[in-house]
Amino acid sequence: MDHGSLALQYLLSGITKGSIYAVVAIGFNLIFNATGVLNFAQGEFVMLGGMLAVTLTHFVSLPVAVTGAVLAVTLVGCALELLFFRPLRRHSVLLMIVITIGLSIVIQEAALHLWDEKVRSLPYFTGNEVSSVKMLGAAISPQVLWVLGTVALAVVGLHVFLKFTLQGRAMRACSSNPEAAMLAGINTANMRTLSFGLSAGLGALAGCVISPITMTHYEMGAPLAIKGFAAAILGGLGNPMGAVVGGLLVGVLEAVAVSRLPAGYNDVAAFAVLLLVLFVRPHGLFGSLAAEQAREC
Amino acid sequence: MATLRHLLGGAATTGGQAQFLGRPWGAAALRVLAFVAVMAAVQLAFCAAGKAYCLTQLTMAIYYAVAVIGVALVMGCAGQVSLGHGAFFAVGGYTSALLTTCDLSAFQQAAWAAWLQSCRVLVVRPDLYGGQVMSVSPWAAFVAAMLLTLVVACVIGYPSLRLRGHYLAMATLGFGLIVHKIILGSALLGAADGITGVPAWRLGAGLALTGKAPDRVANYYLACGLVLLLLVVLGNLVRSRVGRALQAIHDRELAAAVMGVNTAVYKLKAFVFSALLAAMAGVFLTHYSGGIGPSEAGVLKSVRYVALAAAGGMANFWGVAAVSIVINYFSLRGWFGSYDQAVFGALLILIISLTPEGPLQPLGAWLRSLASRWFAKREAAHGPA
Amino acid sequence: MAALVGLLVGPSLRAAETAKTIKIGAIFSVTGPAAFLGAPEEKTARMFIDQLNAKGGLLGAKLELVLKDSAASSEKTVSFAKQLIEEEKVLAIIGPSTSGETLAIKNLCEENKMLLISCAAAETIVNPVARYVFKTPQKDSQAVIWIYRTMKDKGITKIAVLSSNSGFGAAGKKQLEDIAKTEGIEIVANEVYDRAATDLTDVLTKVKSAAGVQAVVNWSIEPAQSLVAKNMKQIGLDVPLFQSHGFGNRKYAEQAGVAAEGILFPAGRLLVVDELPRTHPQRRLLAAYKRDYEALYKEDVSTFGGHAYDALLIITEAIRKAGSTDRDKVRDAIENLKGLVGTAGIFNFSPTDHTGLALDAFEMLTVKGGKFCLYKK
Repeated sequence: MDHGSLALQYLLSGITKGSIYAVVAIGFNLIFNATGVLNFAQGEFVMLGGMLAVTLTHFVSLPVAVTGAVLAVTLVGCALELLFFRPLRRHSVLLMIVITIGLSIVIQEAALHLWDEKVRSLPYFTGNEVSSVKMLGAAISPQVLWVLGTVALAVVGLHVFLKFTLQGRAMRACSSNPEAAMLAGINTANMRTLSFGLSAGLGALAGCVISPITMTHYEMGAPLAIKGFAAAILGGLGNPMGAVVGGLLVGVLEAVAVSRLPAGYNDVAAFAVLLLVLFVRPHGLFGSLAAEQAREC
Repeated sequence: MATLRHLLGGAATTGGQAQFLGRPWGAAALRVLAFVAVMAAVQLAFCAAGKAYCLTQLTMAIYYAVAVIGVALVMGCAGQVSLGHGAFFAVGGYTSALLTTCDLSAFQQAAWAAWLQSCRVLVVRPDLYGGQVMSVSPWAAFVAAMLLTLVVACVIGYPSLRLRGHYLAMATLGFGLIVHKIILGSALLGAADGITGVPAWRLGAGLALTGKAPDRVANYYLACGLVLLLLVVLGNLVRSRVGRALQAIHDRELAAAVMGVNTAVYKLKAFVFSALLAAMAGVFLTHYSGGIGPSEAGVLKSVRYVALAAAGGMANFWGVAAVSIVINYFSLRGWFGSYDQAVFGALLILIISLTPEGPLQPLGAWLRSLASRWFAKREAAHGPA
Repeated sequence: MAALVGLLVGPSLRAAETAKTIKIGAIFSVTGPAAFLGAPEEKTARMFIDQLNAKGGLLGAKLELVLKDSAASSEKTVSFAKQLIEEEKVLAIIGPSTSGETLAIKNLCEENKMLLISCAAAETIVNPVARYVFKTPQKDSQAVIWIYRTMKDKGITKIAVLSSNSGFGAAGKKQLEDIAKTEGIEIVANEVYDRAATDLTDVLTKVKSAAGVQAVVNWSIEPAQSLVAKNMKQIGLDVPLFQSHGFGNRKYAEQAGVAAEGILFPAGRLLVVDELPRTHPQRRLLAAYKRDYEALYKEDVSTFGGHAYDALLIITEAIRKAGSTDRDKVRDAIENLKGLVGTAGIFNFSPTDHTGLALDAFEMLTVKGGKFCLYKK
């Protein structure tokens, strides 16, 4: 394999993993933007989406199963917000982080007992396990293109939603200045619920589209959530485009690490870079420090 | 957030201090005595019932409680979540395990080895198969573990705590993952199998830190003594100027900074101290169990510490110790079966829900009023002695 | 206070082994990162005990399984082992599921003269031999020899080795490296990946870039085995793929789908019981185990569950032969077991061999049309 196509292949595999992280990071970023909460349960939404979709495919066709799973998990996200976050009188962020940690554990264990420990996956949306799209001597699975497509759709969709619809603009208002938004008559509580629901739905969609690549099992949520955070932080919390770039960057970083170091240390390299970014430029590549500080309550 | 301290027992703190103003030792001494009495009673009861083996799980739970108290210190006082304390536990435990099991017999003839042996840093001991092996003494390994933890905690804590926000959560999460993967990836640290065959730690006066049956009772009291010492020290800390500064930071960091409290330094000190506590727990437990595995460094373990700290009331260290010991004891005895992990998650959610800010607030308030009524009765019974 | 102490002491106030029950302890990783090992092991163990009790038990007594879920954490395993030894006073302990946990309690069991029949594969469990410690899975070195011999038959001399960072993977990697020299195989690429990896195209790219790779050996026990198969085909690495005996679960072949065709791996005969000749000594046992397990639990058998079956089989046979439940007599009986037909193979123990399985315990299997079948040269 010549050097050029080798490098391209590494890049493509970096994009494969990076697209997975990016699609998780977008949902995580959305909740943080709207509520300031670091939602450790985001990975579990991804897991639930995949698990539900696989179960539904036994009864209905693939597109219906995916839609059903996304809707169901959206409802779950809204329900969780209503149950645990709305009644909080003082929105201490520390409390909310701790709750999301607890929720993530409980959801994971519930999934273990509802389904079981075995792996499962959705069928490839196009092609099968061996099909690949070849370009310039390197190859990539067509499912990765689906993931990238979903990422693009999510980014564009969110952009349109936040900029041009009334609810979207209300959400932006809540995130930049909650008190002023309340004074303006916006129901901030409903906005939080909406953002949780949307983020959960996005996570579920992510779970469905990555399922053929990564396989779905009850423990997949936590490692994905962690990589999703790393991606969102690298890109800059609060910036959805940043989450995507961050995700792709983390994936490519891992691929580069694999090409140079023993493959077992690629995670270490990615997290070392994350820590470095946190220490040197805590607001990430595209975020802003002011927005970060303002979040603290 | 301050109201979390009043959860189930916190009332006693404030009640005690209010009643014994100017004589703050009264309530504290009472708690120490009560603790000693309960621990001794439990030990005697177990031995009398012929169930001395239960002391094993209890001792292990007590050592874990030391680490949890460290997490509570960071959460309750610095108001930050640390998701990497499992990694500090592992740093301490693995350092001591590695140093006390490594075989340096090849260098026995070297001059530096002889000198280190004379300083008792290196010791020769019999190994399990009848041979002689030269490794680092547990005392020296302990010191090395503490020093390493100190350095690492400073490196992680300094940048994270300068800023407000949840950077510490992120940084400790990343740090924990790095440590976990490094352990899994390196054959020197036993990779996925961990390190076994860690020798006993002879602490002098015939006391050895080991999990063997004959030493069980002595080790139990050793663990109790350690955690008691820790609670007394922290109790004094809370009442001192440092404690008040930490309380101020916890309540309103901006106001504290305006008042001239160097918030970054205090938060860093609290974090580093808590990391040292976790490492110490790691060293002690490694010698007690005779080994350590990579699961100690995982995110799941760190999250358990957070759950227990939150359940105990975060800044209420006695509560944290009690809750941590009891729950870990049941977990180690397998009471929760396959739902072990779920119990910790549910605990986290339940406790937060019962706080005044939580969704189950009325239930929480009723429980607290019960508790403060009971404590008030106890205070009245003892009188302002 | 008394109530508190009573609560702490716990509900296990049963007396130790009475004449009426024989207690067998089990430590499995039913939940957690090794759940695909521990869950089938637990189910198999329960099924075995229930079946034996339905037939009247052993020596006129019923068997009781005291099961603990260690979730693959070694400190829990140590705690449970101490409990089973001192408190429950079981006759023997079967499990743990992973090598790391087994090593954590090997010395403990040996010192306390507690029989330990592990379901984990590492050679260090039985080497150096501890008198009371046995294991039921086949030796990794034997699996490696089968793989290398099959490779040589196909004219393969240069290979790439992939392994996961779990205990199983690390042990396999060591055997692959050690035995390569004597069997004339050259390892040109050698990579360890994370067991929870979601995609392995980058690692396989590195393998592909190594010159002259004629085959890939993947040694892991996690679902990542399916990823290796898929990703290899996706990036166009079209060389034969060999897996370890950790591939012995239909689910893994299913997950790899079309990419699983032609994978070669050594395994016990449980997976191809229908192809065995009727006269094969293992056929009856394997067919019965497969039929009963699949009927009871509605899922495919796997070789992992079989290790628990063999562990219980060994203990019960030894008790029968010794005619007593005295631990030392049972231990001696185990060491004298010869020709015991189990799921993983036919066991022949001796004072120096606490694994009991030889090279012929394995068959070389392959995947055809999504099903496991015997590999015919």
